[in-house]
Amino acid sequence: MLKMTRLSKVYRTEMVETYALRDLSLEVQEGEFVAVMGPSGSGKTTFLTIAGLLEELSAGEYWLDGVDTRGLNDRVRSRLRNEKLGFVFQSFNLISDLDVYNNIDVPLRYRGLSGSERRRRIDAVLERVGLSSRAHHYPAEMSGGQQQRVAIARALVGEPRLLLADEPTGNLDTQMARGVMELLEDIHRRGATVVMVTHDPDLAARAQRVVYITDGQIMALGGAPQLVHAAQGHGLATHS
Amino acid sequence: MFGYYFNLALRSLRRNVVLTALMISAIGIGIGASMTMLTVFRAASGDPIPGKSAQLFVPQIDNFGPQSKMPIETDDLLPPVVTYFDADEWMRSHPAVRQAAMYPISITITPSDPTRNPIRADARATYGDFFSMFNVPFQFGGPWSRVEDSSHAAVIVLTRELNHVLFGGANSVGKNLLVGDKTYRVIGVMDEWRPTPRFYDVDGATFSGQDQLFLPFTRAIEEQMPTVARFNCDQTGPGKGWQGLLASNCVWIRFWVELPSARDVASYQSFLHNYAAEQLQRGRFNWRARVGLRNVRQWLSYNHVVPPTVETLTSVSFALLLVCILNAIGLMLAKFMARTGVISIRRALGASRLAIFGQFMLEAAVIGLAGGLVGLGLIQLGLVSCRLVLERDLSVLARLHGSDVLIAMTLALVATLLAGLYPTWRAMQVPSALQLKTQ
Repeated sequence: MLKMTRLSKVYRTEMVETYALRDLSLEVQEGEFVAVMGPSGSGKTTFLTIAGLLEELSAGEYWLDGVDTRGLNDRVRSRLRNEKLGFVFQSFNLISDLDVYNNIDVPLRYRGLSGSERRRRIDAVLERVGLSSRAHHYPAEMSGGQQQRVAIARALVGEPRLLLADEPTGNLDTQMARGVMELLEDIHRRGATVVMVTHDPDLAARAQRVVYITDGQIMALGGAPQLVHAAQGHGLATHS
Repeated sequence: MFGYYFNLALRSLRRNVVLTALMISAIGIGIGASMTMLTVFRAASGDPIPGKSAQLFVPQIDNFGPQSKMPIETDDLLPPVVTYFDADEWMRSHPAVRQAAMYPISITITPSDPTRNPIRADARATYGDFFSMFNVPFQFGGPWSRVEDSSHAAVIVLTRELNHVLFGGANSVGKNLLVGDKTYRVIGVMDEWRPTPRFYDVDGATFSGQDQLFLPFTRAIEEQMPTVARFNCDQTGPGKGWQGLLASNCVWIRFWVELPSARDVASYQSFLHNYAAEQLQRGRFNWRARVGLRNVRQWLSYNHVVPPTVETLTSVSFALLLVCILNAIGLMLAKFMARTGVISIRRALGASRLAIFGQFMLEAAVIGLAGGLVGLGLIQLGLVSCRLVLERDLSVLARLHGSDVLIAMTLALVATLLAGLYPTWRAMQVPSALQLKTQ
């Protein structure tokens, strides 16, 4: 599903050249649930933005679902983002002046689906996240957990092959975080590939595999329980 | 996507009403000011006879010579009018397809109804070619022919308005009217015809003046009807009596010719040069007279028909529009860049840069159309002010026509789209990873 080979991302200014990712190689198989851990500033988010085709890589290769993403123009990258990827952000990133229904509608609009098809998909995904009764509520009228469910619904409505989640429970209390995590696990059980960036070892432990990034490089790969244990034991895992 | 973007544009405009009102006001004020003056300018400088203005010409001849101290107002000091002698000679030679000498007169009409008072009317003595040459439309009857020109016939053509006053708008062809103390037969009634500016006579009320009645030039000369236009004479003066005026060197007759092709124009120019040379030979002039031949557009420009005040005010108003557009650019930039977060979310969800461009340009278009509507209101206000401020002859031009509304709305749309280009370009450049990087 996702294959990165010797991938680097460099941010250049007139004075400084900073490597956010350096020679990073990673492969995620279809249907996997992978957690990405690492300290702040380690390059986790940069990894996610490149995986999500939100930024160009500086060197190396990135294949997404069999497509070599190097040199693609904006139109093709946008279409791939729209059709193959779903994003869940830490701060939900709902559009405040659109109601729940219209927030979920955004990716479908860019796909050019008919009104009836959009309506069918939105109703189905609202049902799935348990927010059918809130379709015409605005984000400000909802709790954090509900907003994150809307964000997940928006990510799922396009039926993406890969769901990218950046600290999806970071802004939620324990109970709400548990609900969101159960939803992500359910999505994974239904066949989606999930890559989740997190600081939380307990959440990472629920993934099938954990990738530990530090200084822009993958320091460790392994089954989730072992690596999380190792991270905790050796001070690799840090909490924000 | 058009409907979706339109809906987003309306939501966006409702989001910050004050900023939206400022943007719309900036565009509206710019459009209002510029279109007010452009409306007057277009009316003053428009083509009064589209499709034919390049085929109608005014011939001129330097009647007074290089040593003349005559107060001629043209840039090259050629008199804009000619002597009766020249007009008569040119009419007899008839080198053009159509030609007409003319002069304005003022007449008194006595209605057949004895209970009604006599009416003063502005009239024009001319030749029958005047009507076909200037494409004058007729409601009833038609113009007089060359036969009637030759026979000095007592016939008249009325304008629709005067026919309405005299005959209640009924078909008056064949009816008699007492003009001065002579009876004239109505031969035709013109339909609505008001070329603006009145190109065939740019002396006096060029924009507001209108001839109400036309009669044969030959008849007016025979009846010794005096001109109401200014006329210039050299030191020899106008001579004694009517025949003295006709034989004098005074210039007072306007002359128009129709020359449909470049060949006709070249041929007429040769005619004029030969005519000038002939006058020298015959001893009428002791100088080789310069000649001129100008079409309608050249004639209006040559006579400075568009007042410099209108030209200056139009330029100033467009400078104001530019300032308003610059303001709108700043306001749009502020509005669009306040939405970088939403832009990056949309980009992450699959919006291409082109989609962002479409969305924001449509928003600019909505602002432009709203600004155009505000501008239309301000144009009406501006034209009312113009009617109060401008001199009477020009004030009649301060009227809004359908084409002005179309131009105003198009200008508002184009100006706002241009103003929206830079803010939209900036919006397109918002990094799609912004929301991930800043959360």
